[in-house]
Amino acid sequence: MTDTPPSPAQPTSPFQYAPAPESRSIVDLAPSHGLFVDGEFVDATGTPFKTVNPATEEVLSEIACASDADVDRAVKAARRAFTRTWGPMRPADRGKYLFRIARLLQERAREFAVLESLDNGKPIRESRDVDVPLAAAHFFYHAGWADKLDWAGLGPGPRPLGVAGQVIPWNFPLLMLAWKVAPALATGNTVVLKPAETTPLTALLFAEVCRQADLPPGVVNIVTGAGDTGRAVVEHADVDKVAFTGSTEVGRSIARAVAGTAKRLTLELGGKAANIVFDDAPIDQAVEGIVQGIFFNQGHVCCAGSRLLVQENVHDEVIASLQRRIGTLRLGDPLDKNTDIGAINSAEQLARIRELSDIGEAEGAHRWQPACELPDRGFWFPPTVFTEVSPAHRIARDEVFGPVLSVLTFRTPDEAVAKANNSTYGLSAGVWTEKGSRILAVTDRLRAGVVWANAFNQFDPTSPFGGYKQSGYGREGGRQGLAAYLEGAQ
Amino acid sequence: MSDRLAVRKTYKLYLGGAFPRSESGRTYEVTDARGAFLANAAQASRKDARDAVVAARAAFGKWSGATAYNRGQVLYRVAEVMEGRHAQFCEEVAAGEGSSSSRARAAVDAAIDRWVWYAGWTDKLGAVLGGANPVAGPYFDFSLPEPTGVVAVLAPQRSSLLGLVSVLAPVLAGGNTAVVVTSRARPLPAVTLGEVLATSDVPGGVVNLLTGDAGELGPWLAEHDDVDAVDLTGAPADRAMELERLAAGSIKRVVRPPAEEPDWSADPGLGRLTPFLETKTVWHPMGL
Repeated sequence: MTDTPPSPAQPTSPFQYAPAPESRSIVDLAPSHGLFVDGEFVDATGTPFKTVNPATEEVLSEIACASDADVDRAVKAARRAFTRTWGPMRPADRGKYLFRIARLLQERAREFAVLESLDNGKPIRESRDVDVPLAAAHFFYHAGWADKLDWAGLGPGPRPLGVAGQVIPWNFPLLMLAWKVAPALATGNTVVLKPAETTPLTALLFAEVCRQADLPPGVVNIVTGAGDTGRAVVEHADVDKVAFTGSTEVGRSIARAVAGTAKRLTLELGGKAANIVFDDAPIDQAVEGIVQGIFFNQGHVCCAGSRLLVQENVHDEVIASLQRRIGTLRLGDPLDKNTDIGAINSAEQLARIRELSDIGEAEGAHRWQPACELPDRGFWFPPTVFTEVSPAHRIARDEVFGPVLSVLTFRTPDEAVAKANNSTYGLSAGVWTEKGSRILAVTDRLRAGVVWANAFNQFDPTSPFGGYKQSGYGREGGRQGLAAYLEGAQ
Repeated sequence: MSDRLAVRKTYKLYLGGAFPRSESGRTYEVTDARGAFLANAAQASRKDARDAVVAARAAFGKWSGATAYNRGQVLYRVAEVMEGRHAQFCEEVAAGEGSSSSRARAAVDAAIDRWVWYAGWTDKLGAVLGGANPVAGPYFDFSLPEPTGVVAVLAPQRSSLLGLVSVLAPVLAGGNTAVVVTSRARPLPAVTLGEVLATSDVPGGVVNLLTGDAGELGPWLAEHDDVDAVDLTGAPADRAMELERLAAGSIKRVVRPPAEEPDWSADPGLGRLTPFLETKTVWHPMGL
C-alpha cells in the first residue's frame, strides 16, 4: 500500500493534459433575475441575494428572494392555471407540451450544461453527459404518461391533486427540477417550485424554456429564495401536495409542518449507502464503481456509496488499487472537459465536509488523500479515503455529502448485510461479486430502495428511485412515481 | 336448580406469541353496549408497547423472508380457524357493538372473507406493483414491493372485528409485522382474534395485540425509532395531529385517520396494502 501514489497531474509525470475548457460564451448571464410567476418574470419583495461560481467565488447574478406574499401570488397563479387551463386540458395536449419542453432542453443542452457547471461547480463532463440528458429524458418519459394514466395500474380514474409545492436541492439543480416538474405536469397538476439558494440559475433558464414552449401561464412558477421561501411554499394553505428532496433534518420539519393537513407528502432525503465488495468481485471494475459511487458530483449525491464494505481478505488489494485510481483523478476547473472532480458547492458545505473529516481523524480513522493541488480561490476538497473505520465512527454514520469515503471490512455475507443495514438511512446500496446467486441473496436482504449490482449511481426515468427508513418515502420515476401526484391512486 | 355460576374472564395481552398480563398489572372492565359486565381486559402500558415493538422487530426477518405462497397459506389458515370460532365472534361483536345478531353475523362473515382476500394477494403483489423497467442502457433493472417493517396500528374504535381485520390483514399480507392497539371499549373480538392467531401458524411476534387506550399508547408508538410506519385510523380525533408530528421525528410512513370511521364492508382494494410497502429497485449490467 503506498501512501502517495504518483499522480499524472504532478509536474514529474511525462504525460500532461492540455487544458480543454468549454466556452462559456453560450451563456448570456443577466446581472439580476426576478421570479417566474404566472408566465412572467416579476420582481420580488424580499431582499435579493447573490449566486456565485463556487469554483472562483465570482458573483454570477443577483437573485430575487420571494417573500410569503410573493409565494402566495405564485400559488394563486398555479391554482388559476390548474382550474382554468391545465386541469381541463385534453391529456394528450398536456403530453405535447411536455414533449416540447423535452425537445427544447435537448436543443439548449450545451447552454444548460455550461450554466449548471458555472453555478454548481460540477464538472462539465457530468452536467453535459448526465444531468442535462437525463433531465430531457424525464420530460420525454412523463410526456407519454399524460394520456395513459388510466392504464398506469394505480386504480381506476386517478385525478390530479391540484397545486404541487416543490423544494429541491443544490446537488442536481436541473435534474431535480425535471424529476419534480415532469411527473407533476404529466398528471395534470400545476407547480410552484423553489430551487436551492446556491443554484437557482438553471431553474430560471428552464422558466424561459416554458415560455418558449408556450406553456400556459401559471402552470410552472419558480420562486427563488432560501429556507424561509421554502417554508412559505410548504406551509401555504392552498398547496395540495408537497415534494421535497434534501436533508433528513429539513424533511423532518416538513413532515411536522404538513401533519394534520390534507397535503400529500413525498420526501427524498439523505443516505449513507453501503457499497459491498466481495472477494470474488472483478476488482478493477469494482474500483471504478467505488470511484463512481463516491466521487461522482464531488460526492454531493444522496445515494453516494459513502461506506465501502470490503471483504477482509481483499482489503489491501482493493485499497491499493483504489488509491492508484484516485491518484489519476483530475480536480479543478469545472468547465475543463478533462476535469473529474469539480468544486464543492458552497463555503458552508465545505466547512461541514472539513468538520466531519476532522472528526473522523479524531475518532481514530486513518485519513488518506492523494497528492493533489487545490486551486487558491473557490471551494475545494480533495478526494479522501478513511480506512480503519468502525461502524460507531461518525464518518460511518453521518451523511458527509462530499468526496469522502469510509472503508469498513467484513468476513461473511451475513456480516456484510448486517453492517450495510446498520444505518438509520436506507436509500441505496451496491454489491460487487461475480456470483449471480449471491447478488440476488444479498440484494434481497438489503434494506434500501435502490441496489446497484456490479454498477453504481445509475439513473433512468423509467426506474423508480427512493428510500427506506429515514431516507424518506415515496418514489420518483417509473409507474410508482406517478402515484404521488394522483388522487385515488393506490 | 341448574343455574350454573359463570366463570368470569380476565384476559391478557397477546405479545410475542404469548399471553402475558400487562407489566403494569392494570386491567379495566369491559362492558356490553348496555353497560353490563363482560370481562376484564389487560390495560397495556408504555412498557408493554415497547416490548411489543421488540417482539415485532424480532419476528420481521422470518415473516418478511417467508415465501409469498407461505404467507398466503398462513393468512388463509387464520380464516379457517376463525370460521371454527364463528359463534363466539358473533356473540362478542353483538355484545360489544350492541348490534343485532344478523348484523354481527354479517360483520364476522366479512371479517373472515377479508383474510381470504388478503391471503390471495400475497403472491400477486410483486407482479401487480413491480416489474422490469426498460431503462435506456445495457442494464437489467427491476422493481419489487417489499414490506416496510414494523407497523404500529391504532385499530378502529367502533368496528371491533371487521375494522380490526381490515387494518391488520393488509399489513401482514405485505410481509410487515404489527403492533396493534385494539378498540378500547370493544376489545373482546380482538382478544379472541389473538387466540386464533396463536393457533393459526402465524409466527409469534408477527402480530402483537395491546388492549388499552390508543390515546395513552399512541404517542409512544408514534415516536418509537424502531417503528417504520403508523396507521392512525383509530387515533382519537383530537390527538391525530400530535401523533403525526411525533411520527415525523423518525420519518415514519403515516396513514392519516379518516374524517369518520369508514364503511368497512366496502371493497378494500389495494389502498391499505400500498402504504406499508416499499419499492426496491435492483440494477445489473447486461452484456459485459
